[in-house]
Amino acid sequence: MDVVLRHWSAFTDGMTTTLELTALSFAGALLIGIVVAAMRVSPVPVLRGVGTVYVESFQNTPLLVLLVLFVFGLPEVGVIFPLFTTAVIAIALYEAAYIAEAVRSGINTVPVGQAEAARAIGLGFGQSLRLVILPQALRAVVQPIGNILIALTMNTSLAAAVGVVDLTAAANRVNLLEAQPIPVFVGAGLGYMAVCALVGLLTNLIERKVAIVR
Amino acid sequence: MNSVPRSSVASAFMVEAQAINKSFGRTKVLTDVTLNVGAGEVVVLIGPSGAGKSTFCRCLNRLENVDSGRVLLDGEELPAEGRGLARLRAEVGMVFQQFNLFAHKTVLQNVALGPVRVKRLPARQAEEEALALLDRVGIADKAGHYPAQLSGGQQQRAAIARALAMRPKVMLFDEPTSALDPEMVNEVLDVMVDLARDGMTMVVVTHEMGFARRAADRVVFMADGRIVESADPESFFTAPQTERARDFLSKVLSH
Ligand SMILES: Nc1ncnc2c1ncn2[C@@H]1O[C@H](COP(=O)(O)OP(=O)(O)OP(=O)(O)O)[C@@H](O)[C@H]1O
Ligand SMILES: [Mg+2]
Repeated sequence: MDVVLRHWSAFTDGMTTTLELTALSFAGALLIGIVVAAMRVSPVPVLRGVGTVYVESFQNTPLLVLLVLFVFGLPEVGVIFPLFTTAVIAIALYEAAYIAEAVRSGINTVPVGQAEAARAIGLGFGQSLRLVILPQALRAVVQPIGNILIALTMNTSLAAAVGVVDLTAAANRVNLLEAQPIPVFVGAGLGYMAVCALVGLLTNLIERKVAIVR
Repeated sequence: MNSVPRSSVASAFMVEAQAINKSFGRTKVLTDVTLNVGAGEVVVLIGPSGAGKSTFCRCLNRLENVDSGRVLLDGEELPAEGRGLARLRAEVGMVFQQFNLFAHKTVLQNVALGPVRVKRLPARQAEEEALALLDRVGIADKAGHYPAQLSGGQQQRAAIARALAMRPKVMLFDEPTSALDPEMVNEVLDVMVDLARDGMTMVVVTHEMGFARRAADRVVFMADGRIVESADPESFFTAPQTERARDFLSKVLSH
């Protein structure tokens, strides 16, 4: 394993980038996912349609294809972001489709009667969603969203393919120099495992913390 | 004529349902239902299962869309959707069979939510008023509890307090005691009787004939989506005019 120690800073730099990529794209995915889920349950047919099309298109496109399209396609049409930002956007948009579906399943666990009671006291659709439905829906889907975050963490490694120097890319570079794929990629793998284990722990903690008294 | 102030043209009725028609798919559930409820009047709606009582009740605050007909609250027509509807709904309190308290909020938060978010009252004031209402329905000591920690009767009283917190012009009750264990029915009915005595305008769907006798100004009997009979409780229970009503009463009063 001393090959890992010899290139330690390359690995930690890669890890930092992976963590940034994960955190930023997850934050974006969560935000977009909740909005898309809200669209899918809205009383406005057009919004529902847009939400459905969004989920269907992003869920059914491989992330690698999205990354390639965004990184090499956007500059073609004159939209130029830094590479890292582009990768964050592509991953966020992709994972948002999964978050949206998880949140929607959470919304479906909230009894319809509570939505009616919310409307009956004069709350509008947006208020009902924000104050009554979503707080309960999100509590119900902490675990599935944790799983999506774990998958997202792994998926960030695809950004290496379009040139982002994350943990996977760093491992790749070290391996080109040292030609010791087993220790190098086991090292990188342990890094991903550590992150995901932490996510799993946090998920359980949050789930218990926000549980609704039933 | 065109500049008459609204108050002087406002109707004498608090709630007016005019020729409501409603179908679910091909099933006609309400046929030309017209009902006027005066200010302070307590109307009890009874009738066999499937008569359309719940549907009619839900049409009164437009939780259910109507196919045709109008609903007026204190002379003002409820629009089909949008902010105008939300504003008028806030003035119609509704109590459901299943309580429908917000599970993630304490009883106090349940009651204060509407006043803060809809009426924009300061949180402090809303909470003080909420506590006073909880006291009035007898569960002030449960203010900090979550709905699941309350008995059915307490939950329903909390739900009544939540509706009252909006200072509604009328209260709608859809079988408020049907989901309760028998020993809890009276604590809820007592709150409702007090409300009636205090002059609240009420429309109550219930199978509790005792409540109808005690508190109703008028009993309205529905069957097959129509109002079949409407009379004061005394005449209705002692001398029902229609075969349908006699038949219904013999069934509910005999056990
Ligand atoms: N959402 C719905 N979709 C389809 N049909 C419905 C719906 N709600 C009610 N109905 C039908 O409308 C009719 C009237 O129902 P409603 O619930 O208003 O009756 P009710 O008088 O309240 O009966 P109960 O005493 O059993 O509560 C019934 O035949 C019922 O099956
Ligand atoms: Mg009913």
